[in-house]
Amino acid sequence: MRISTVGYSMKQGVKNIGRNKMFSMASIATMAACIFLFGLFYSIVVNFNYIVEKAEEGVAITVFFNEETTQAAKDRIGEQLKNAEGVLEVNYVSAETAWENFKGDYFKESEDLADGFKTDNPLGNSDNYEVYMADVSKQKDVVDFAMSLDGVRKVNKSDIVAKTLTSVNKLVGYVSVTIIAILLAVSVFLISNTVTMGITVRREEIAIMKYIGAKDGFVRAPFVIEGLIIGAVGAVIPLAMLYFMYDKAVTYIMSKFSLLNNIVDFLPVFDVYKTLLPVGIALGVGIGFLGSFFTIRKHLKV
Amino acid sequence: MIELKEVTKEYSKGVAALNGINLKIAQGEFVFIVGDSGSGKSTLIRLILKELDPTSGTIVVNGHNLNRMKHRKIPMYRRGIGVVFQDFRLLKDRNIYDNIAFAQRVTETPTRIIKKKVPAALSLVGLAQKYKSFPKELSGGEQQRVAIARAIVNEPTLLLADEPTGNLDPTNSWEIMKLLEEANDRGTTVLVVTHNQEIVNAMKKRVVTMKKGVIVSDEKKGGYKHEN
Repeated sequence: MRISTVGYSMKQGVKNIGRNKMFSMASIATMAACIFLFGLFYSIVVNFNYIVEKAEEGVAITVFFNEETTQAAKDRIGEQLKNAEGVLEVNYVSAETAWENFKGDYFKESEDLADGFKTDNPLGNSDNYEVYMADVSKQKDVVDFAMSLDGVRKVNKSDIVAKTLTSVNKLVGYVSVTIIAILLAVSVFLISNTVTMGITVRREEIAIMKYIGAKDGFVRAPFVIEGLIIGAVGAVIPLAMLYFMYDKAVTYIMSKFSLLNNIVDFLPVFDVYKTLLPVGIALGVGIGFLGSFFTIRKHLKV
Repeated sequence: MIELKEVTKEYSKGVAALNGINLKIAQGEFVFIVGDSGSGKSTLIRLILKELDPTSGTIVVNGHNLNRMKHRKIPMYRRGIGVVFQDFRLLKDRNIYDNIAFAQRVTETPTRIIKKKVPAALSLVGLAQKYKSFPKELSGGEQQRVAIARAIVNEPTLLLADEPTGNLDPTNSWEIMKLLEEANDRGTTVLVVTHNQEIVNAMKKRVVTMKKGVIVSDEKKGGYKHEN
């Protein structure tokens, strides 16, 4: 293809959008609505995942030692726990720290009550490892592993929290995959329908081109360029809208439900857009390209 | 130039639009294909354009056997043919210059040549001044002249005209026929499908008469009379 022909096709693609204002607008609106829904749902899902992840990080297993366990053995146990699958972090809590924490929690109002234990730490044998999980579904394995280690007396854990979080995680995974798949299917259907209508209106124009001796590529190129532009514009508009709405929505939720401040932490918009922006644009441009490429194919048999 | 051997075209099983047609047209001829509605004239044009494939028989045009022609070869083949339709088929959203230039764009003609050839083609059809107009701003006769300019701008060896005067008054019809005759004088083979009795009888050209899908007469300087 000559360079002037490439330039001509690109120019025609841009002009086609103006020539068919109604269909171009309808296509952009359809695309924008689909990408907006996709973006909205994606933002909700990643934030939900983030919140669950944070909750998982807060779930700890507490590993206590036998009285006769030496510090060297305790260090070894710590190393082994750190290397166990699904473990995020292992913190050593000495008997003194354990007592200080306990005092803080239970004798906050009347510290003088704790003075009776001044010289005698009632939690003397309560130094422990707090094991935080990266993957809460592995908690049972880590507990079993910890119990099997020499020098370990007891392992405290919360099965209910772990199980609930694992189920929630799975549920969010399944629901998000299903909804995103449905959204994509609906988008492809709506957009290819709109593109089909736009091309059907110009069936005669395509037929004239073919009668004159235009090759398939020559006829197709302006339509594909048109599809790419519509796809890109249809993606950028909702992504830009979501970008500005995201921060506003987070601020609104946090101010309206101040109770959530201590429990829930939302992802910064930049983190969400690191994936959403390229995926959203690729989706728009990809659907625009494929929609126009395949829809025009059946009209080329003249 | 054009040779049809035992060509049959059935649209639905058992109903033949063309039935065993044999026809030979030499380079540089001017031929009228006449006949009433449903006689198979337009089907014949569509077969020569390779818009349709025959159910049986062979078609050879400019040395190309259309039966064996692959889809990707059709554009190159069509570039040697100019086509004029009854309803003009101009691109409504482009001006006259762009409509004619379009025929050259598809053949990837360099822009500097397009800039010379389009005004020349417009001059040939007497519309040089109206190059900026859009089709809807022109009369039917003018639109058909633009269609002829588009058909001849690539200097085709064959010009197919399907009822080119069907939507025109007698004065405009004669102007269009004059343009087609001029193209023929320049060496282009011209095939005109029509049922315009007056024009056919006055021009004294070769006339192929069709009826119900078969050729019923083929006269060197023939005439035509409507049956209904």
